[in-house]
Amino acid sequence: MTEGAANQRIDTVAALRDAAITTLLAFGLFLPLIGFHTVTNIRNELELDTRWPLLFSIVAVVGVARLAYSFLLAPWLERIKLRPMATTTPAWRATFGKWFVPFCIGFVIVYPAIIIAATGFGGALKWVDNFGIQILIYVMLGWGLNIVVGLAGLLDLGYVAFYAVGAYAYALLAKEFGFSFWILLPLAGVMSSFWGILLGFPVLRLRGDYLAIVTLAFGEIIRIVLVNWVDVTNGYAGISGIPRPSFFGIPFNANDDGFAATFGLEFSPIYRTIFLYYLILALALLTAFVTVRLRRLPVGRAWEALREDEIACRSLGINTTHTKLTAFGMGAMFAGFAGSFFAARQGFISPESFTFLESATILAIVVLGGMGSQIGVAIAAIAMIGGTEIMRELDFLKQIFGESFDPTQYRMLLFGFAMVIIMVLRPRGLISTRAPSVFLKEPKPVPVDLVKQGHG
Amino acid sequence: MEVFLQQLINGITLGSIYGLIAIGYTMVFGIIGMVNFAHGDVFMVAAFVALVAFLILTTWLGISSIAVALFIVLIVAMLFTSLVNWIIERLAYRPLRGSFRLAPLISAIGMSIFLSNFVQVSQGPRNKAIPPMVQGDFVLVTHNDYAVTLSFKQLIIWGVTAVLLVCFWYLVAKTRLGRAQRACEQDQRMAALVGVNVDQTISLTFVIAAALAAVAGTMYLMYYGVVSFSDGFVPGVKAFTAAVLGGIGSLPGAVIGGLLIGLIETMWSAYFSIDYKDVAAFSVLAITLIFLPQGLFGRPDVEKV
Repeated sequence: MTEGAANQRIDTVAALRDAAITTLLAFGLFLPLIGFHTVTNIRNELELDTRWPLLFSIVAVVGVARLAYSFLLAPWLERIKLRPMATTTPAWRATFGKWFVPFCIGFVIVYPAIIIAATGFGGALKWVDNFGIQILIYVMLGWGLNIVVGLAGLLDLGYVAFYAVGAYAYALLAKEFGFSFWILLPLAGVMSSFWGILLGFPVLRLRGDYLAIVTLAFGEIIRIVLVNWVDVTNGYAGISGIPRPSFFGIPFNANDDGFAATFGLEFSPIYRTIFLYYLILALALLTAFVTVRLRRLPVGRAWEALREDEIACRSLGINTTHTKLTAFGMGAMFAGFAGSFFAARQGFISPESFTFLESATILAIVVLGGMGSQIGVAIAAIAMIGGTEIMRELDFLKQIFGESFDPTQYRMLLFGFAMVIIMVLRPRGLISTRAPSVFLKEPKPVPVDLVKQGHG
Repeated sequence: MEVFLQQLINGITLGSIYGLIAIGYTMVFGIIGMVNFAHGDVFMVAAFVALVAFLILTTWLGISSIAVALFIVLIVAMLFTSLVNWIIERLAYRPLRGSFRLAPLISAIGMSIFLSNFVQVSQGPRNKAIPPMVQGDFVLVTHNDYAVTLSFKQLIIWGVTAVLLVCFWYLVAKTRLGRAQRACEQDQRMAALVGVNVDQTISLTFVIAAALAAVAGTMYLMYYGVVSFSDGFVPGVKAFTAAVLGGIGSLPGAVIGGLLIGLIETMWSAYFSIDYKDVAAFSVLAITLIFLPQGLFGRPDVEKV
């Protein structure tokens, strides 16, 4: 310990100097946009306000944080580095790993029951809707995009376009022709898949960042068309009054032939929410199941081979065109399912729901979770979407920061910040091992450094 | 014909702004091979800094000479934006150098979301409009009551862009810093071996990129007189398109690409449909990348095993 302590002697002067520099930089950084506030006055002219107390408190917090880093965090990190690495995984982790997935699936299945037991019918609505359905939609989208990005290694920044195609396909066909949700769900998937292949064709030759930017451009083009093609899509105003899915033909309403009356229950909106919850859960699990199975089929192996080395793939006679297009089509299909579910759940869609920010969010979930890792993607979706949803609930912060404080407006701010921080700390994502799809005697986890990513 | 001439003038003005942003993309891509997704938002932050500086000068200090005010605003915006981009590079990109390829891109997307929301939270979500800084114009041609005009602010944008490009070209082509930059672009390890401070060179590249984006931001504010927190994304993507069109990594390519994108956008708005003007720019991006991935002036990307 004494030896270690000698190595870790903290250089107080250097720490203070660092803190001073950081404080100065923070002051420079925040002076124009936090120190001054532009407000529009009654005559509609722009005026300046100053916010010195806010500026100085933020700068002080940054300075103190830097000091705390030098004195507390940095020595601790050093000590962790010195500690010998465990070479064998302890037994509890193997057991934990084995039971983790079944436990999670069991938990999500009984989740609505737990919530109803805990909060009653009235309070459960919010928890099942915001924290259940909302998160599961993103889990499903993440798993869908995982096929394209994680398995095939094709970086797609316009994934939300296929989600939009699914949503609009359901909304328009259900409203115009009165088809039911169950007919349109596969149809929406087929349509999205078709668009996925259509947009996949021209970009076959591109790779890496370029592919990302072109898919971004396609995603934006589809959104702009949705905004401007007012005759069909109703533009910014969106489509409202989209038919809701029924329980095998029994609608969720208060009428005599409604769900509650048929089963002799008292009418409550919670039934539909719970039905939707299990619907999206089934769709998400379907996505995961299909992906797991596809990885063992020739096409899945071809995807992963393509991610590792395209030239080697071609030399071995793999048809890269087919391989890429199936990945695009398959990923887009699940986005289409999710899209039609989204339209059915909301009852209203507009282009606002399909901005680039959504694509970036889904891609962030896939990358932060550790590309290719299904569990990682699910955890990242829960952390990112659940985290931003929780921001809505933090009313107690009003007591600290005053009544005008609105935590929801900091949601995306923290979301962006979290993306940067997680990338800096864990660039390979939360789950950093991959389950191999081919093995000799027993599966051993593959360290993620051996997996090439994002080259496709 | 008159409409065409007018659109040509407008297009070159818009293109100058895109070109200045595009240089930032192309320089950063050239030196560390990453698409700096947050660059469009750096441009937007610059426009806000210019807005604040302009308000301080005119409403508090009562400077009435627009030329002096504009000059000071330009300098202030360049300084602060450079600082912002320098810090961004230190915090968000440098730790990821040498990591896998997607990591800096994701980090940059996160930074882009952070910056636009930071401005939204700190300055409010509404559009910020200022009274016109520069007024007046030259009438070049009048024909059938249609006057082709070149406004003073367009002239200022052309002038400032031209002067800056000359300075910038001198910096890259003739100075020690420019040589170090080009060396790092070719081979970072080799450059380090012969005594180039690679980290510092990359930092300075970000600083220069930000300074040019700050000029673009100030010009944008002066030209349109209005700015909002979401104004970074679309000009950012268009400037990236310009960089790709000109051949990413090529500096004259970025400027020419910017001018072309500006012209395509204004011509499209004038002759086809203003609603779909972004579609025009995005289509150019897709078509260029698909059919001419090395751009007009770029080196072809050779695939190696």
